[in-house]
Amino acid sequence: MKVRNRRRGSDKIELQMTPMIDIVFQLLVFFIMTFKVVSMEGDFNIKMPQAAPSAAPPEQMEFPPLKLYMTANENGDLSSLTLNEQSFEGNNPFIELNRYIQQEIGLDGGPGSARETAEIEIGFDFNLKYTHVIGAITAVSGTKDQRTNEILPLIEKVRFTPPREE
Amino acid sequence: MKIKKQSDDDVLEGDLTPMIDMTFQLIAFFMVLINFTQTETDDRVKLPDSSLAKPPEIVMEDPIIIQLTDQSEVIFGRSTLAVNQLQSSLSREYQGIQFSGRDPKDTTVVIRAHGDAAAGEVQEVIQVCQDVGFENFALRAQENIQTFKYIAPTSGP
Repeated sequence: MKVRNRRRGSDKIELQMTPMIDIVFQLLVFFIMTFKVVSMEGDFNIKMPQAAPSAAPPEQMEFPPLKLYMTANENGDLSSLTLNEQSFEGNNPFIELNRYIQQEIGLDGGPGSARETAEIEIGFDFNLKYTHVIGAITAVSGTKDQRTNEILPLIEKVRFTPPREE
Repeated sequence: MKIKKQSDDDVLEGDLTPMIDMTFQLIAFFMVLINFTQTETDDRVKLPDSSLAKPPEIVMEDPIIIQLTDQSEVIFGRSTLAVNQLQSSLSREYQGIQFSGRDPKDTTVVIRAHGDAAAGEVQEVIQVCQDVGFENFALRAQENIQTFKYIAPTSGP
């Protein structure tokens, strides 16, 4: 078997680029087709056992139980927002509500502080759009520090009023 | 003006190397971003947004996901039901969880409701889940970091 060895200085290996580019384009198209942009989803936890929740005795609670009620117009948009007889109006009542809660509850939380024991009960009209309920829960649950982007919790115990019998 | 004619003018000459480099860059970008996890989501449900909605640090095991569209349809598992049909499917799920040894009272029910759905219907769904025996609920919202729509930012404690 004669093995011919071409020794002519430099052995140049010629690569066929065309098939490689084809496969690379196939891969690229696959990845582009399977790419989906989703926004991150987060949860607001509410614990609602079937049994009627027993409120902590008034001496232990630094803060009276808060009751929030939202009414809706016929489109489902927010028409009024009331917290324990105080109503919040304006273009963006949720920001006012958030500021009020920050003032009353404060941001420090040790055991027994207002932040730990405060509870809020949220009620609303049947046809109120769900985004407003999430907005209310957001407004009472916490606030974000502008500099560090850290979430500072406010009221952690949120529950809904039992639905009224129609 | 004398136009010089190239010897073979139907072959496109050019250096393809930069193009291949850019293509590889694109592939690497998409490869890093590809996410194969199949979270139960339905495109009919557009979640409301909240600037406090942050994905939980502790991943919960096996939550039950119930979705509610703005047309009052409940999507549970692979079927679309009405609110009054939900109870039977949910009680089957409850028994399934008991049978597998877990405690249904620890199972979180995640509710993904459309932003324009009536809040009263969300309450009805929660009521049905409570009747079946579940106690932990999580209302899901999507993250919205651009605008402080509901909370007034502070400069910290």
